[in-house]
Amino acid sequence: MALEQSDVEKIAQLARLDVDANEAQEVTKRISSILELIDQMQDVNTKNVAPLAHPFDAIQRLRPDEVTETDQREYLQAIAPATQDGLYLVPKVIE
Amino acid sequence: MSDRTVAELSRSLAQGEISSVELTRDYLDRIAQHNTLYNAYITVTEDLALAQAAQADAVRAKGEAGPLTGIPIAHKDIFCMQDVLTTCGSKMLANFIAPYNATVVEKLNAAGAVTLGKTNMDEFAMGSSNENSFFGAVRNPWDTERVPGGSSGGSATAVAADLCAIATGTDTGGSIRQPAAFCGLTGFKPSYGRISRWGMIAYASSLDQAGPISKSAEDAALMMNAMAGPDHRDSTSVDMPAPDFTANLNDSLQGLRIGVVRQHLAEGLDANVESALQDALKVFEGLGATIKEIDLPNSHLSVSAYYVIAPAEASANLSRYDGVRFGYRCENPVNLEDMYKRSRSEGFGNEVKRRILVGTYALSAGYYDAYYIKAQQIRRLIKQDYIDAFKEVDVIIGPTTPNTAFKIGEKNDDPVTMYLEDIYTVSINLAGLPAISIPAGSSKSADGKSLPIGIQLVGSDFAEAKVLNIAHQFQQHTDWHQQRPEG
Amino acid sequence: MVWETVIGLEVHVQLATKSKLFSGSSITFGAAPNTQANIFDLAMPGTLPVMNEAALRMAVKFGLAIDAEIGRKSVFDRKNYFYPDLPKGYQVSQLDFPTVGKGELEIALEDGSTKVVGITRAHIEEDAGKSLHEDFQGLTGIDLNRAGTPLLEIVSEPELANAKEAVAYLKKLHSIIRYLGISDGNMAQGSMRCDANVSVRKKGDTELGTRTEIKNINSFRFVEKAILHEAERQIDIIEDGGRIVQETRLYDADKNETRSMRSKEVANDYRYFPEPDLLPIVIDEAYIEAVRAELPELPNAKRERFVSQYELSEYDAGVIASSRQMADFFEEVVAICKDAKLSSNWVSVDLQAVLNKQDLEIENSPISAERLGGLIARIKDKTISSKIAKTVFEAMLESEQSADEIIASQGLKQVTDSGAIEKLVDEVIANNPEQVEQYRSGKEKVFAFFIGQAMKASRGKANPEQLNTLLKQKLKA
Repeated sequence: MALEQSDVEKIAQLARLDVDANEAQEVTKRISSILELIDQMQDVNTKNVAPLAHPFDAIQRLRPDEVTETDQREYLQAIAPATQDGLYLVPKVIE
Repeated sequence: MSDRTVAELSRSLAQGEISSVELTRDYLDRIAQHNTLYNAYITVTEDLALAQAAQADAVRAKGEAGPLTGIPIAHKDIFCMQDVLTTCGSKMLANFIAPYNATVVEKLNAAGAVTLGKTNMDEFAMGSSNENSFFGAVRNPWDTERVPGGSSGGSATAVAADLCAIATGTDTGGSIRQPAAFCGLTGFKPSYGRISRWGMIAYASSLDQAGPISKSAEDAALMMNAMAGPDHRDSTSVDMPAPDFTANLNDSLQGLRIGVVRQHLAEGLDANVESALQDALKVFEGLGATIKEIDLPNSHLSVSAYYVIAPAEASANLSRYDGVRFGYRCENPVNLEDMYKRSRSEGFGNEVKRRILVGTYALSAGYYDAYYIKAQQIRRLIKQDYIDAFKEVDVIIGPTTPNTAFKIGEKNDDPVTMYLEDIYTVSINLAGLPAISIPAGSSKSADGKSLPIGIQLVGSDFAEAKVLNIAHQFQQHTDWHQQRPEG
Repeated sequence: MVWETVIGLEVHVQLATKSKLFSGSSITFGAAPNTQANIFDLAMPGTLPVMNEAALRMAVKFGLAIDAEIGRKSVFDRKNYFYPDLPKGYQVSQLDFPTVGKGELEIALEDGSTKVVGITRAHIEEDAGKSLHEDFQGLTGIDLNRAGTPLLEIVSEPELANAKEAVAYLKKLHSIIRYLGISDGNMAQGSMRCDANVSVRKKGDTELGTRTEIKNINSFRFVEKAILHEAERQIDIIEDGGRIVQETRLYDADKNETRSMRSKEVANDYRYFPEPDLLPIVIDEAYIEAVRAELPELPNAKRERFVSQYELSEYDAGVIASSRQMADFFEEVVAICKDAKLSSNWVSVDLQAVLNKQDLEIENSPISAERLGGLIARIKDKTISSKIAKTVFEAMLESEQSADEIIASQGLKQVTDSGAIEKLVDEVIANNPEQVEQYRSGKEKVFAFFIGQAMKASRGKANPEQLNTLLKQKLKA
């Protein structure tokens, strides 16, 4: 599957990454070569093969409904880029 | 004394030949002296190490020491250590003081190990050369012009250069085994889920697994005893108690059925690597094992499937780095979009961005079935190949890497060339199997440097003790693991 | 042109667990910002989710209550998008394998008939945090206390034909989740939130029209208004020759209008894939049966039992049974006073009016079931008339006294002594010769006048039946 520069721009937007005009061609070329490697899979018939998401087909363990956490706001916000009145601050969100 | 194995150091500490504080100072001095060259450590936790060493000596004085009490170790900088810088090799986390301990860190603390610091790594564990680190490339002690492998390259170099006795690593597609092979060390990746992932910064959740990089299989077993076991904080950790991994080390290999993958031999392996493998097989035959050729018909697809699944999972795992709650935020964002894009574009390196883009593409509308689902189907085929193979043999032996350590900068032009370094290791992660890389030979480079060669032993699900036993027996009858780099 | 509306509802219900879906943080409402957000909730690197068993049990409970297929294997997926109130950059939800599959809900319509509405699925997912747009020098503040709160998203088939049906469906859902105790259903606090998919089509068409999704509807009343408004808006557009754009619209209750959410218009590609940090949940028969054993009697069953056991009308039984708390209260009252019909009226009419006025739930009723039962018992044994009972009821609202105490202290006991009543009747007849004449000449309407006068003289305490009989006798004479 050939990759266009516009595809790269689209996925970069989804991933919230900037690909500036200077790099776009290079990035497209490198990702295309990765996709070429990946596309070797397409030659194999996998009809009726169930996808395997985890190596052991194991099942989930659950935890009891207990509150185990205490307030650590001050400690945890010490490493935040910007906070005020206990809130994390970000540029204005427009709804 | 810094060149000894954990088992040897443990005996020296027990016999009072040296205290943990002395030993720790010895390593700290070596780090101060050599780290500038090797760049193995991102952070050295000197005060913590000396305090832990003093504590270990006190514990020993009370007669309560275990095998790891007072042993100086290093953690790959992917493990969160409370109140210690934890960078994952990234600018994104270059200011991240972790607010909690990884389970692995907690367990090794509890075992009395002394933490010397955090080791360098490929950013977010994405790489096979340790060149993708925000903190610079790491040098291989066997030839400082060469890479130590990756992504746990800092841990491998630290152990090989005697800057710690043993180190933790993580292995998503070969990141413990390949650097161990390049640095003449023993690198062990246990079965998926055997060691808790809590506090281990995620690259690809269904593949990531922690393990030790050590100077011997025996050391790996000692370390595994401290690291492994179910964890209520990681619901994907295996729900069965970890065995004593040292218990079977001395079992005889008489009657052991060894499989050699036909496809590996047919692929035009590097001649030195192939002869090291053949020599190793002769050693095993001498120990009573039988060799059988087996087929892994889908193994050639493992790199393709891996480079869909790992980037897909990574693309989501790395979405949390958004500049809101921790980590890097760009200067003066003009709006929310700008904050996201610049924080992420400035905070991540090129390889990380590439894999995020590939993963995003593989999951995007219209491509999900052709890439993601297809890769998971191939994953099942690969797993099934192994299940079938282990009906005929007890262990599979092959090369760890297609070549010995390459020069820094040599494979930077094309990501695909670098990805093919993982050709023998990734299928094992896809199948979740335990595997170990052990030194089994060496070759001379054009400029006369001796470079280690590793071979890989792969076991069936949860057969860690078996794999360690075979590796240990090999090391009882060969001395490749005892060879040290010059200087 | 005759138009019909087609509505499907997506209802998010906050599950009443103690801790979050994937972490041990508390979900207490109203805590100071970010004091209930731990390292996992903040998506600190290296943290992992571990699922809360109670959330699963509650979802299965709901599934059983609506006769749904229970997913024997449910799988969590990651839904990827960037938003500052979504710390991980993905929401953990269930796409292809929800815990609750197809089920149905019977709703009561205004004409007294019932309708069965299909429920497509109900899946477990985590809530996001909150963005606060108050002034932080032009910035937005993020509170992640709510992030990771367990939600059950209940998706209906597009089978609701008008706003009233949508409200009836929502009320029934509300009733069931409260019966099951899986959520407090408090819409004002956001523990029950409703998005409506609305489309219109010409009556008789079988194809569905283009739909819009209306978000942010946070009361029963607004659901009705928002749908009515949106349907009208769509009809206007089509009748003016326009076309409906498939989009997300926000309901503004202050202006009673919906408006396009531009920020959501950017084509989103959520890139769902199975959450690798969570293995599939496998539910076996034993688990389902254990949950089934915990199910309470549900509204429909209760209504039918009230009809047969207490001989209430379908309507009265339905009103009482719509709330588990009201039904329990009612049964407590009946147990004391032994009169179901009176109990039903007093609970669903008189007491309910007080609760509405004071904006109280029945569990916080100012008059306990015991006191109300005591009051009704005095009506039943004719100690007081229904009219006097209203006075006693008012007095009970003002004090903690029992009906008997109030009746005694205020001397409200009904006069049943026939001698005393006869004396009253005689006096009234003697004092009003003109009206007696009218009555006897056939103007029987005047009878009410005599009753009124006699009651007034007795200060309301005369037994009305005895008074009636005696008065009729004496007037005939």
